[in-house]
Amino acid sequence: MPTVSMTVNGRAVTGEVEGRTLLVQFLREQLSLTGTHVGCDTSQCGACVVHVDGESIKSCTMLAQQADGTEVTTIEGLASNGGLHPMQEAFREHHGLQCGFCTPGMVMSAVDLLNKNPNPDEGEIREWLEGNICRCTGYHNIVKAIQSAAENMRG
Amino acid sequence: MSETGIGASVQRKEDFRFLTGQGRYTDDINRPGQLHAYFVRSPHAHATINGINKSAAEAAEGVVAVFTGADMAADNVGSLPCGWVVNDRHGEPHKAPPHFPLARDKARYVGDHVAVVIAETYDAARNAGELVEVDYGELPAVSGTGTALDSGAALLHEEAPGNLCYDWVLGDEAEADAAFAKAHHVTKVDLVNNRLIPNAMEPRAALGDYDGGTDSFTLYSTSQNPHLLKLILCAFVFGLNENKLRVIAPDVGGGFGSKIFCYAEETVCMWASKKVKAPVKWTADRSESFTSDAHGRDHITHAQLAMDENGKFLGMKVDTTANMGAYLSSFSTSVPTYLYATLLAGQYTTPVIFANVKAVFSNTAPVDAYRGAGRPEATYVVERLVEVAAREMGIDPAEIRRRNFIQPDQFPYQTPVALQYDIGDYDASLTKALEMIDYDGFAGRKAASESNGKLRGIGFSSYIEACGIAPSAVVGSLGAGVGLWESAQVRFNATGSVSVFTGSHSHGQGHETTFSQLVADTLGIPIENVEIVHGDTGSIPMGMGTYGSRSLAVGGSAISRACDKIIEKSRKIAAHLMEASVEDVEFENGTFRVAGTDKEKSIAEVAFTAYVPHNYPEDVEPGLDETAFYDPLNFTYPAGVHICEVEIDPSTGVTEIVDWVAVDDFGKVINPMVVEGQVHGGIAQGVGQALLENCVYDADSGQLLTGSYMDYCMPRADDLPSFRVGLTETACTHNPLGVKGCGEAGAIAAPAATINAITNALGILSMDMPASPEKVWRLANEQKMAAE
Amino acid sequence: MYDFNHHRPGSIDAAASALSGADDGKILAGGMTLIPTLKQRLASPSDLVDLGAIGELKGICEEGGAVVVGAMTTHAAVAKDATVKAKIPALAHLAEGIGDAQVRNCGTIGGSIANNDPAADYPAALVGLGATVRTNKREIAADDFFTGMFETALDDGEIITAVAFPVPEKAGYAKFANPASRYAIVGVMVATGPAGTRVAVTGAGPCVFRLSDAESALGSGISADAVANVSVAADGLNSDLHASSEYRANLVNVMLRRAAAAAG
Repeated sequence: MPTVSMTVNGRAVTGEVEGRTLLVQFLREQLSLTGTHVGCDTSQCGACVVHVDGESIKSCTMLAQQADGTEVTTIEGLASNGGLHPMQEAFREHHGLQCGFCTPGMVMSAVDLLNKNPNPDEGEIREWLEGNICRCTGYHNIVKAIQSAAENMRG
Repeated sequence: MSETGIGASVQRKEDFRFLTGQGRYTDDINRPGQLHAYFVRSPHAHATINGINKSAAEAAEGVVAVFTGADMAADNVGSLPCGWVVNDRHGEPHKAPPHFPLARDKARYVGDHVAVVIAETYDAARNAGELVEVDYGELPAVSGTGTALDSGAALLHEEAPGNLCYDWVLGDEAEADAAFAKAHHVTKVDLVNNRLIPNAMEPRAALGDYDGGTDSFTLYSTSQNPHLLKLILCAFVFGLNENKLRVIAPDVGGGFGSKIFCYAEETVCMWASKKVKAPVKWTADRSESFTSDAHGRDHITHAQLAMDENGKFLGMKVDTTANMGAYLSSFSTSVPTYLYATLLAGQYTTPVIFANVKAVFSNTAPVDAYRGAGRPEATYVVERLVEVAAREMGIDPAEIRRRNFIQPDQFPYQTPVALQYDIGDYDASLTKALEMIDYDGFAGRKAASESNGKLRGIGFSSYIEACGIAPSAVVGSLGAGVGLWESAQVRFNATGSVSVFTGSHSHGQGHETTFSQLVADTLGIPIENVEIVHGDTGSIPMGMGTYGSRSLAVGGSAISRACDKIIEKSRKIAAHLMEASVEDVEFENGTFRVAGTDKEKSIAEVAFTAYVPHNYPEDVEPGLDETAFYDPLNFTYPAGVHICEVEIDPSTGVTEIVDWVAVDDFGKVINPMVVEGQVHGGIAQGVGQALLENCVYDADSGQLLTGSYMDYCMPRADDLPSFRVGLTETACTHNPLGVKGCGEAGAIAAPAATINAITNALGILSMDMPASPEKVWRLANEQKMAAE
Repeated sequence: MYDFNHHRPGSIDAAASALSGADDGKILAGGMTLIPTLKQRLASPSDLVDLGAIGELKGICEEGGAVVVGAMTTHAAVAKDATVKAKIPALAHLAEGIGDAQVRNCGTIGGSIANNDPAADYPAALVGLGATVRTNKREIAADDFFTGMFETALDDGEIITAVAFPVPEKAGYAKFANPASRYAIVGVMVATGPAGTRVAVTGAGPCVFRLSDAESALGSGISADAVANVSVAADGLNSDLHASSEYRANLVNVMLRRAAAAAG
């Protein structure tokens, strides 16, 4: 079986995969990083969003072998030293999550947005979130959380 | 009010684990040696199963077993029951054809379970699934709600002639006819309440685990009510002693009703784990969620409202056909009857109401409760009728509502459709909502939109719901097979922390926080010292679970009662410690005091004494651990007004919601932040129904045409506005907390508000949901051509 | 998914030989269509030849009067590229509207046009701007490249290497997205420049097509008014759950006007 190596949340990992093994399967099943979720099979819901080389991608639509040699960050690795990243903190403060299932992908996507656009307006945030479906919150508090995180992260 | 007590917007205790990827959902759980299940599903809407050849699949790599309905029949596995008997207009019980976990004679909808492959990996199971040869005899199918009763329609079940499940009535038809005979004007509407697919973001999953050593099962399931699931599986499906099954519903990623029910997949995983002597796991992919989760709504209704010359409502008649799908899901029969027709009075004094509901079988997925369950359908009927009546009578839509509201001094108010509302102030919510939306400024905003080539409209929805289901005796008399109380166990641990075991189940509602606020406030202890335990029948007293906005009104009331018991027992211990008589001991903010002295003991000290009873009253048992079961005295009646303002681009038919005001009366509020979040989410689902979502089966083939997010339109962030939420408060009169429930309000109110706004913008009376761009474009064009 | 062999060649030649050596090989570009197709078990290739490690297929440069986009350049890269934004802002705008942010971070121009989904955006860009598709074997004019629904002029084993867009004087793109899938129900690219005045429509028909009435109407200047009365017949347009052919015909006119306004 082919072998893949990558850096996941700062740790070098190597594993045997099949051709068809998806990155999300590698993360969940081989690395037990179950914070990354699978909510659909058409690459639309965004519950599986992680960062590969700093860009948000849908890990259900990337083969593990496509991620060979990359740096992957999952929700488990977003914050350093056991605390919360400012985006996670903002989601908590503004009640940007309910059942928590879409949350990891939502947070990872939102972090990528602020990496690219540190001061998005409400319309830009809503447009960016096209690839992340939440069934609980009506997005209202997610938008507020991202606005607040943007403000805090700009300092 | 303390910073963490009742009424405070406390940040959620559960969020840290969800935000850091440490939530533990069913699919995150793996057991040593576990196998994987893949379900072979019917590709046909209706077909006889003439034979199944499983030998090729059994021989495939990695396959451990292949089972069919015959294997389950051989083990005497029963049918998945429907737990609510609805008696028809002749007093006969509804038609209840069997619903076997794996189909035996026929497949009755696309996605129906025909066989299961158990294999070492999911891919192996799925590969082998393609080798299961099913000899189908295709039959004509019927999928439409409006066509299922047609004389030539395909028949699903021999037990249900004409595909009729029941023909049910509520109210007196002759009285209604008499009221209509006196009417100055009768408004009539024909409505379709579109079928929806719930789409909780976490797909359903199950992991069955049989322990041969104790001959017992553990079932991990994405359930909203693990105890109920256990009860159904043990008592009805397997004939198993309840002490032989433990159901664990860990973190659950949204439910919205769809995870109340007992499903085939979890039943099969549990059963198969004993057959193959290994844990058996199944996780739905989204396509399976679309085909086999219970769907929601799906009504066709003709409704009429009789009025006098002042627009005062004299009577209402409602005729509804409700689609049950191919089989009766766990509580399906109650939804279009006791959760629907009983709400047709709305917030109004309509004196006479007659409702007739026919429930029909069709070659579609089962239909059952989905957020609101019957009450959104009722509100849609009432609020569309009222809106159309206002337009036909030339009365302002706010004014016609005011003329007919039940007044605050009329409570308790007995409606003509069985319910007795305990309290409310409907005009207070309307007045506040009108202020918030600046109703007087609407004409100016409409003119401004027009100058930009846009059509602007405003729509109201004055909804009411019956929540906190419900007094057991009442639901029992109406056919429910269960009681609808809730349990709570409050355990003071020896060193001062408290563990609360609740039969309610949180799948997004935030119970770990709101229940903690309630307990911390009541017992006067720090909120950090409270832990809420839910979702495990192995550690929690029998409970009834979470649906129908009941967790706080019923589950919270049980917690409140258990806390009261803790305090009363503690008072005796404190009295002993302080050498006072029990009557002289007061309790406040976590401290017992002897009235008129400086003697005091904290409740934590008392708890320690209860577990280390060296100096202890003789007539009191050691320990501090109390259980309460709370059976509500009535439903609760949250009500409010939602106002939607839209702007339509007539060139494309795109509707933009430009403002949304919600003013709700949920009674007392424990955590305003959580309540607002529930309102937002409910509105999003209601707007989804009104603008975007629609489950479509092909009328001829019965194929599901909206089987993925490519075609089933989920609300995204850019489809929705920010919402403006306000509260009014009349405290519920009959539960200890004065609370009513808030989880479903948005989904109940929003569809009517949205459609009322769009039809207002277009200058028409009616249109069906969803208001897709094409539909709106056509209507806008028709209006334009009519005007030219 | 059925299993397959995964290849990750480092050069175009190595990719071509991996493809020719496979029983039933398929090219994996960004994977945004292919991987969901595999997950649904709608395809079962023996081998996937992943172009992701071939550096020469990525990147954007200016070459003569054209902007040349490497086949493995992602939509996100096109959307934010300074050259594209300066020379063909309509192309950046189009790329920015494809799929969602995560799809744009993976999906590539080569993958999109090779798939030729009738509701994809890029075919409108290529035809509307009069682009040329470069492969490892030849150059193909966009007008000749898109041959039908999910059909292109590519031969078996032929690999797209880049797309060359002549820099237009003016160009504009407007799209009406499917509310569920967010693919184009109708997308219209209007451009005038070295390739003439061109109008290309995607989403509306089985394959991208040019709208000659609109092209002549715009001959004397690009404006929304010039095309206000240009209509297309509903006959032959796509019709589905979300949009009938009649509605699509209306949207072609509305998007045409918006694209012309954006270009003008």
